[in-house]
Amino acid sequence: MSKNSEPIKGKAFVLGKNIDTDQIIPAAHLVYSLEDPEERKLYGKYALSGVPSAESGLPQGNIPLTKEGETESEFKIIVAGDNFGCGSSREHAPACLEIAGIEAIISSSYARIFYRNSVDGGFLIPFESFEDLSKEVKTGDELEIDQVNHQMKNVTQDKVYNIKPLGSVADIVHAGGIFEYARQNGMVPAK
Amino acid sequence: MGMTLTEKILAKHSGRDRVSPGDNVWVDVDVLMTHDVCGPPAIGIFHKQFGEDAKVWDKNKLVIIPDHYIFTNDKYANRNVDVLRAFAAEQDLPYFYDVGTDSYKGVCHVALPEEGFTRPGEVLFGTDSHTCTAGAFGQFATGIGNTDAAFIMGTGKLWVKVPETMRFVFEGTSLPPYLMAKDIILQIIGDIGVDGATYRTMEFAGQGIKALTMEDRMTLTNMAIEAGGKNGVVEPDEVTEAYVKSRTDHPYEKVYSDPDAKYHSVHHYNLEDMVPMVAKPHSPDNKATVEEVEGGYLDRAYIGSCTGGKLSDFRAAAEIIRGNKVKLDTYIVPATTEIARALETETIFGTPLIDIFREAGCKIGNASCAACLGGPSDTFGRLNNQEVCISSTNRNYPGRMGSKQSQVYLASPYTVAASAITGVITDPRVFIQETVI
Repeated sequence: MSKNSEPIKGKAFVLGKNIDTDQIIPAAHLVYSLEDPEERKLYGKYALSGVPSAESGLPQGNIPLTKEGETESEFKIIVAGDNFGCGSSREHAPACLEIAGIEAIISSSYARIFYRNSVDGGFLIPFESFEDLSKEVKTGDELEIDQVNHQMKNVTQDKVYNIKPLGSVADIVHAGGIFEYARQNGMVPAK
Repeated sequence: MGMTLTEKILAKHSGRDRVSPGDNVWVDVDVLMTHDVCGPPAIGIFHKQFGEDAKVWDKNKLVIIPDHYIFTNDKYANRNVDVLRAFAAEQDLPYFYDVGTDSYKGVCHVALPEEGFTRPGEVLFGTDSHTCTAGAFGQFATGIGNTDAAFIMGTGKLWVKVPETMRFVFEGTSLPPYLMAKDIILQIIGDIGVDGATYRTMEFAGQGIKALTMEDRMTLTNMAIEAGGKNGVVEPDEVTEAYVKSRTDHPYEKVYSDPDAKYHSVHHYNLEDMVPMVAKPHSPDNKATVEEVEGGYLDRAYIGSCTGGKLSDFRAAAEIIRGNKVKLDTYIVPATTEIARALETETIFGTPLIDIFREAGCKIGNASCAACLGGPSDTFGRLNNQEVCISSTNRNYPGRMGSKQSQVYLASPYTVAASAITGVITDPRVFIQETVI
């Protein structure tokens, strides 16, 4: 994850609303080790594999996040509608997206446990948009997120949108997660 | 200005006189629960961050309940239980309920109350979204991820943003004979939507709630997360005390909302006006009355899980199933081993519940989460194809119970049982008026 305020650039992968954690990483796949360097790649392979095919990679659909036989995606930024990450508390959800190569999400709203896991685990940055940008952006569009001016530029369509500042979680995001944040503040001893 | 029950618990556990919604506070944790899916990665993070020789902050406050992928040949799933076993031995944990032993429990959210860990006024975190179930006991309880759990294992603390509270007030003196707590919560989620309570507390109150048993209250708070809620709570009363005191001698301090507490919103319902409900595929807020979808096609019926696999859920189903044969493949999965044993001893007109189900042709599984969340392909009751299932579980997003081609209707155990007998979606009022009243 980008821990500084550099722009985040890459191709968009677009999803609809209420993408729950069973769609992000189906429960049958929660068994793999997140520590074993080879085994954890399976999470990249199966990330978003529970999304119904017609709704994967909008507006066209039928686009998998990760190509058949690969564990890393060509896409870097997910753009989604309301309530992204609803459902279970599985941290494997933001983790699998990071393993697939996703650096940021832009959604009009989040389910709170997914949002919290993304921030505290330092997996990716969950940005909030003012409107549902999943209706505007197309899968494959080149995007640039300007973290200083709180804007998202769609380079392909030459359009700029304001996004919300991170607010009270910004310090944890920029520390790289809850452990790094707690160490900086003396709550957890240095390693 | 007064405080809500949730605000008071968070204030006390963060060493403050008062807190307000939006405050970020660090709270002291009374109980941390984890299971076989999220325990192993949390343990990995704990050791990575605090060292290979690190000890947990308080071994009497960490509860490990394997329940998700137990009766499977999946080698990764079995390895994960081994990871828990090794950690429990290394940390000398008194509250590890190991698979294959007499202490094995089953579904964590029902096992926690059975073992006396759901105490009024306390703070409980668990690595599972349905941890909010424990709010039925007047406890602050919510789901967290692996990283947060590892942080608690090392420090005994976690940061929390104080939520606003939505209050749901119920009039009425008892549940009508055809209505179950599942119908009530499906109605509420249908009304406010799957993100209608995001970041908020759902507080269930009023005379109608006081009339409910602990198991009914647990069905309500269990599904607070399905509306996006941070936690669900019911104020403790004599029903709560009777349950908790029968399970533990541990002291606790009851907490109540002040009469002048500030709420985000207040919503009124009357139990006597409510009717059997379903959530249609593929969302818990896709509400319809059972009457509206009556006669709908089904392949399978499923009764189980933290929200729909308690003893009272099986008693309700057995009332309807007794003396009938099921027309659908019908799966019965008790939440815990205690409930599984009770199916052998609880009777209706002298017949044990287990015999009622067997004689009707139901398939009976071992205590665990089983097919509620799909799981490995050999999981009991899993939807592996395009089945349409009516289920007493709590979530029906695409692929929740297995294949993403399958479809799930959520309903009360009464409605699931009535549908199992006729083979199509069926309003339980037909059977209840004929056989029970």
